[in-house]
Amino acid sequence: MRIKSLLTHLSNMTGATPDGKLIGRARKFFRPDYKFVRETEDTKLEVRNLNVHAKDNHILKNINLMLPDRKITCIIGPSGCGKTTLLKTMNRLTDLEEGFRITGEIILGNEDIIGSGEKIISLRRRIGLVSQKPCPLPMSVFENVAYGCRIHGIGNRRKLKMIVKYYLEAVGLWNEVKDRLNTPASRLSIGQQQRLCLARSLAVEPRFILADEATSALDPLSSKNIEELFVKLKRDYSIVMVTHTLRQARRIADYVIFMYLGELIESGAAEQIFNHPQHELTKEYLSGAFS
Amino acid sequence: MQFKFIEEKIFKVLMYMATLTVFGFVLSIVWTVASKGWNAMSWDMITKLPGGGFYIGKEGGFLNAIAGSLYIVGISALLGLSVSIPVVFYLNVYLKKRSKLAYAARLAYDVLFGIPSIVYGAFGFTLMIYFGLRTSLLGGIIVVTLLIIPVFIRSMDEAARQFPREILDAAYSLGATRYETIRVVLRQIAPGIATATLLSIGRAIGDAAGVMFTAGYTDSIPSSLSQPAATLPLAVFFQMSSPVKEVQERAYAAALVLTLIVLVLSLAGRLITSRFSKNKLQ
Repeated sequence: MRIKSLLTHLSNMTGATPDGKLIGRARKFFRPDYKFVRETEDTKLEVRNLNVHAKDNHILKNINLMLPDRKITCIIGPSGCGKTTLLKTMNRLTDLEEGFRITGEIILGNEDIIGSGEKIISLRRRIGLVSQKPCPLPMSVFENVAYGCRIHGIGNRRKLKMIVKYYLEAVGLWNEVKDRLNTPASRLSIGQQQRLCLARSLAVEPRFILADEATSALDPLSSKNIEELFVKLKRDYSIVMVTHTLRQARRIADYVIFMYLGELIESGAAEQIFNHPQHELTKEYLSGAFS
Repeated sequence: MQFKFIEEKIFKVLMYMATLTVFGFVLSIVWTVASKGWNAMSWDMITKLPGGGFYIGKEGGFLNAIAGSLYIVGISALLGLSVSIPVVFYLNVYLKKRSKLAYAARLAYDVLFGIPSIVYGAFGFTLMIYFGLRTSLLGGIIVVTLLIIPVFIRSMDEAARQFPREILDAAYSLGATRYETIRVVLRQIAPGIATATLLSIGRAIGDAAGVMFTAGYTDSIPSSLSQPAATLPLAVFFQMSSPVKEVQERAYAAALVLTLIVLVLSLAGRLITSRFSKNKLQ
């Protein structure tokens, strides 16, 4: 609801109509110095023959998938099946871990994330990450959202203020924190922190949002907030969400990927997976035979 | 009563006594210095330079030593910080956990940490002879900087190793380079940096052996880096060895000033630390 009114507001300012492209236009309005890659090559994230080894462990086995544009894709599966590793590989945060060996391709637009070398820094901007436990930076609320913009070269205070306000409004946090933008982010409640992290990710204008059990550390109300937020955000972002809660997946997923012991067992539209699973393992998992 | 409860009581009393003993040490040191130095303490002592015959009990003060100590410690702390922060950042953000270079570097800093300051003094003295320098403020600053760098690195490294990995992940996923995470890292370990600075200053200001050969001693306040500088520990040392009773009392007065400076710095450090920790997570 808030986003919609924001969009209308912005459309009055920019003279655009409130359609799907508007956030893009709004961004252009806010930040003309940003190169605009939105509707072109950036819309596609494809994983081909991905294998990940950690020491002697074969964590991901020959994963192939294509993420649909502007939909919520839920990755489900029992603990230790490689869901988190898959997300981390998509962002190449696996670089930080020792002893990881990755083969295959992850294509974002026209570029291969795995083989991109140092270029990964600029690719990461296009893939936001929301972690399981909210992880605000050790700074004020304002600086948390502004940090990403600063490292991408926006130093103008007035502009930063507009951006921070815009994205805090987008995650429905503005009214709650507008009077304490300078307090440390760690003083916010845990649900607010998670929304702050989301705003921080959005502020660098990603195309994809990877959420690793983004609601599992939150209370029911906060997690409902986040879920609703994702449903709103999917008109502009493609969202990949790892979740342990099948009910949550049922509520918000458009597409579902089921993984088991490092293998992609089944994937497809949510209704199909939930109502007519093809694979034995999927059936068992969905019926609660194991978890 | 059961044995385990008696045991609990005995150890509780022992721990309580150990705590009290340490506290008692602090009080008795302050008391000794204060009571012996109080007679000699006057406004002149801390605002005047030594007059003629100061060292046989005539008028003057030891402002030269106070100023010299503050110069050396202040500049060394700044230099030490600007060398140690890059080291700690490189060790913790750029190098991997099990990096051999990090291991070797940490071992080296531990060795440096353990070297007594007289050795640093002798080393600095050799260097100065090699470069043809005479005892000077610069010599003192260099040696004290060398002396406190390991203190800085060790205590900051301790703080940086506790740095939560997820925060780095969060910064990277926004597209930060390793270097750009420095703002995040510094803010998180800011309390550690404040503590490290306090420890280093404490070690630097109380050190007599390092500055004895290198900074020398003089009755005036140095006006350039090439002039010798007096320091408080040496003021204590020289006056204490005098046979004149008034001069000995002045040694205690100098010790009292030294103690007060350290005390004020510690209190200031506590305040600053709590201010810096406000953004810290957990």
